Amino acid sequence: MSLRMSVAIVGAAETDSVAIQPDKSAIQLHAEAAFNALADAGLTKDDVDGVLCAGQSPVQVAEYLGITPTYVDGTSVGGCSYMLHVRHAAAAIKAGLCSVALITHGESGRSRVGMSGWGRAPQNVGSQFEEVFGVAGPPTRFTVPILRHMHEYGTTHEQLASVAVATRRWAEKNPRAMMRDPITVEDVLNSRMIAYPIHLFECCLVTDGGGALIVVSAERAKDFPKKPVYIMGTGESTEHSMISMMHDFTESRAFKVSGKLAFDEAKIAHKDIDHAMFYDAFAHTPMFALEALGFVGKGESGPFFEEMRTAPGGDFPLNTNGGGLSYTHTGMYGMFAIQESMRQLRGEAAAQLPNVRTSIAHGVGGMFHAAGTLILTNDDAP
Amino acid sequence: MPKRPIPQATPETAEYWDGARRGELRIQRCRSCGKAYFFPRPFCPNCSSKDVEWFTASGKGKLYSYVINHRAAYGFDDITPYVIAVVQLDEGPRMMTNIVGIEATPENLPIDLPVEVTWEKLTDEITIPLFKPQGVA
Ligand SMILES: [Zn+2]
Repeated sequence: MSLRMSVAIVGAAETDSVAIQPDKSAIQLHAEAAFNALADAGLTKDDVDGVLCAGQSPVQVAEYLGITPTYVDGTSVGGCSYMLHVRHAAAAIKAGLCSVALITHGESGRSRVGMSGWGRAPQNVGSQFEEVFGVAGPPTRFTVPILRHMHEYGTTHEQLASVAVATRRWAEKNPRAMMRDPITVEDVLNSRMIAYPIHLFECCLVTDGGGALIVVSAERAKDFPKKPVYIMGTGESTEHSMISMMHDFTESRAFKVSGKLAFDEAKIAHKDIDHAMFYDAFAHTPMFALEALGFVGKGESGPFFEEMRTAPGGDFPLNTNGGGLSYTHTGMYGMFAIQESMRQLRGEAAAQLPNVRTSIAHGVGGMFHAAGTLILTNDDAP
Repeated sequence: MPKRPIPQATPETAEYWDGARRGELRIQRCRSCGKAYFFPRPFCPNCSSKDVEWFTASGKGKLYSYVINHRAAYGFDDITPYVIAVVQLDEGPRMMTNIVGIEATPENLPIDLPVEVTWEKLTDEITIPLFKPQGVA
């Protein structure tokens, strides 16, 4: 079964702010994003019969919003969960399990209001075989593969830093972005060392916010206020729960599987992708995506970023909202990558590109633990 | 100073932790496909065979990749910055560890540096395998 062009996103919105909001709980952010997306689609919560979310349970979100769903999906595999939700919503709608799917993200990642606690049970395999060595969150786990990539392919510190510089150039154009001051490669390399080889400016932000999407069948898609965005291709996969178990530290198996699924389903060539969003938790994450998705050969991402091809004016506009590095990063950022793809395809982006017909939104979950990919278009017959 | 989190064994990992207390790096090997593997499971993650055995690894390997962490985890303040590494054992499997016995600088830690196991007792139950460059006392 192919999901190609069977559903469309007809509502998309973020919370009013995506900065630091200690006055709002995580589930409140889910709800604010949900109501904004429903308004965007001209719907009310009573039209919704599918509820999909991560972090919070869909039981909690449906209760909070006052929805009695016929389909729920609580897939929570980290920041790419929302790419998987769109894929699962497409399958559910195609199978007749629901007709209006609401996908919500809300996270008090910075202020930690209404969030479940940190920490793992001492019998968890991660506690037994990783935590005991002093890993201190994502900056010390997600980053462990980088030196191997540098060793095998000659990727340089300057090339890594270039990812942060290119992304900041997009953020300079986005009034909602948290970090907007121009930076240079030198600034990045002079920023505080977090976990060698990663400096502060190569790490994502930590913020509070949310986003939501409304998905319906392609047949109904033109009955809504805005031009629909159709789902051309989707993919998902997982690889490991501990970074030490990653099969090859120079490439993500989950990225490769997910990306290939999406391209095969979309029946589109790489050169026909107009805009890209690659989840940038750290500077190396979009490098791994560029290679795993097949936009460049293995080990070729460093020079690509160093040449500023992903920056404004480059031939590969990437992370045009300013990314997790400079726009916002609540914790599970994938929702914001999809939101920027939506804005570019609708012509509503702060740094709007001309003539965007197709966009790819590729997310990572955990520390290369999982992946989800969406290829989107505003063309009803691509 | 906050104490570092102490793990607990589960039934399928007990042999690993028992071995660690004795200073033996106990890992598993599949008798069907011949592959050694880590972390402990009562079956082979490669071919699903339950015909698996424990053996004592040589404790020698190579530095596969690492970071030098400058933001201490709970209980690590007095040794920060410290090396969070993944080593590839000569028998094939990889595992996370810390590299000790050498100052934590990139110059001291070339990728593929030969390393060998050394042990740190955390509690009466839990001893963990750390690695040091081969030949360092
Ligand atoms: Zn086997």
